[in-house]
Amino acid sequence: MEQILNFISTNREMIYFVVLSIFVGVEVIGGVPTVLHTPLMSGANAIHGVVIVGAIYVMLKVDVSNTLALVLGFLAVLLGTLNVVGGFVVTDRMLEMFKKK
Amino acid sequence: MQQSILEISYLIGSITFIVGLKMMGNAKTARKGNLIGAAGMTIAILGTIFLNEGKVSGLIYGLIFGAIALGTIIGWLTAKKVQMTKMPELVSMFNGMGGACAALISLIEFNHYVHTEFPKLAFLGMMTGEFHPPHGFLLAIFAGLVIGSISFSGSVIAYLKLNGTMNKPLRLPAYNIINLIVLLATLGFLALMVYYGGVKLDRPTMMPNGSMVYILLALALLYGVLFTVPIGGADMPVVISLLNSFTGLAAAFGGFLYDNKVMLTGGILVGSAGTLLTVVMCKAMNRSLGSVIFGAFGGGSAAAGNAAEVTGSIKDIQVSDLAVMMNYSKKVVIVPGYGLAVAQAQHIIHELELLLEERGVEVKYAIHPVAGRMPGHMNVLLAESNVSYDKLVEMEDINPEFEQTDVVLVVGANDVVNPAAKTDPSSPIYGMPILEVDKAKNIIVNKRSMSAGYAGIDNLLFYDPKCSMFFGDAKKALTELVAELKTM
Repeated sequence: MEQILNFISTNREMIYFVVLSIFVGVEVIGGVPTVLHTPLMSGANAIHGVVIVGAIYVMLKVDVSNTLALVLGFLAVLLGTLNVVGGFVVTDRMLEMFKKK
Repeated sequence: MQQSILEISYLIGSITFIVGLKMMGNAKTARKGNLIGAAGMTIAILGTIFLNEGKVSGLIYGLIFGAIALGTIIGWLTAKKVQMTKMPELVSMFNGMGGACAALISLIEFNHYVHTEFPKLAFLGMMTGEFHPPHGFLLAIFAGLVIGSISFSGSVIAYLKLNGTMNKPLRLPAYNIINLIVLLATLGFLALMVYYGGVKLDRPTMMPNGSMVYILLALALLYGVLFTVPIGGADMPVVISLLNSFTGLAAAFGGFLYDNKVMLTGGILVGSAGTLLTVVMCKAMNRSLGSVIFGAFGGGSAAAGNAAEVTGSIKDIQVSDLAVMMNYSKKVVIVPGYGLAVAQAQHIIHELELLLEERGVEVKYAIHPVAGRMPGHMNVLLAESNVSYDKLVEMEDINPEFEQTDVVLVVGANDVVNPAAKTDPSSPIYGMPILEVDKAKNIIVNKRSMSAGYAGIDNLLFYDPKCSMFFGDAKKALTELVAELKTM
């Protein structure tokens, strides 16, 4: 019990951050017309590609002699890039069509 | 100094994600919103690479730039070249890659921990007699690994289902129980690994052995497959949306791991927004999330049970009669479905619309919330062939208009016009809101054959006395219809 309370108090900023972010996420989506669900899902898909930042981060501190980590890191950055670039480009393609009336 | 600039670039990234996502909720600002998000992402990525303070070898920079260049080229070309009908598959695939990326990060980070941090901790443990594994750190690693892996293998299955490679829902006997056991095993194993530190010491060499993480990986991958396999094709959009929010969550755990705010905001934002979007989608189909995941839908047994009740006969109509009928109508409503998109008939249907309008016929499109393969998918497909945005009428608005409609032309849609959703409580789609086309004066259904729709059930509409079938491939049949109309 004490451990849990300690955890909460040492990480309270993080907990605030998470709770508020959840509300922002819900707020941002509220009241979106059905028509925009697919582009929105695709856009959100591109945004979670931010995981690539973690992939780059891990790559930057990999030991050069650790081949396995180098290979996995390369793959991680590659997959993350695909997620980001592909996600944003395909969303843009969808939304481009809504613009011209 | 560099660190501060990096933090600012992450702050900018986080803000652009929120603003961008908000702007994407409105048709007018959506495109700009997407570009703002992309700009923020670019800033965050460039900041991470160039504002790094540690010493890094050229080889690693080379690998990072190589991977980014390769990913950009492949991602860009694929996204540009894909046909709009194939878009849901692509979103699913990109989502899976994000999940795999998160899982790989965890694997590398764990590998690093096993060889550098763990020996120190173990040594300290031997000196003091107490071993304190870093629980929070391990939880973030393993949670990222498990969620990312589930998202990856689930997305791959969703992809295979959407592109038709795996079009039958596959159910093991008692699949719900099996799935539950695998899920509990995965979570239990995760908890054990966090509690005991995730590494065992091989005796007598006392070498740290971190191979147990692969068991966790295998369990998570297996669960992703088992989770997605029994779900019917019609529910795939919901699943993709759910897996989308999973990947967001995995990214957020990466954020915990590195105390990285941009990963946290991006990840949590997508996690919560994705979950809400999933619920909204379920609502549009009048399904609860629980019944999508655990319930039976789109199976063969329901179809067999229904077929017996169907009475009456099916009649078909010739192209010349149909042309006359349409030419002398006042109001025509077109109900487009995925079949239209598959046949690439969006352009010819637009031509038909223009031709009828020229003759003074009022033409509208009735868009079911889940027409196509995802909510809003049909709007995208029709917008691609220049159909004006205000001709696309949503379900609630068009339903009262069917009574004054002379001809309803259903092209490649099936389940969304099936009256069984309203009348037959035993039907698997019972309760789903539908387009009430049976109220119109004449119903024309264009289909290639009499096969059942995506949900795999028979359609009572076809046996309606007001309904005539206009058989043929959508593109070919509509081209003939347009040609016939032009001669009149």
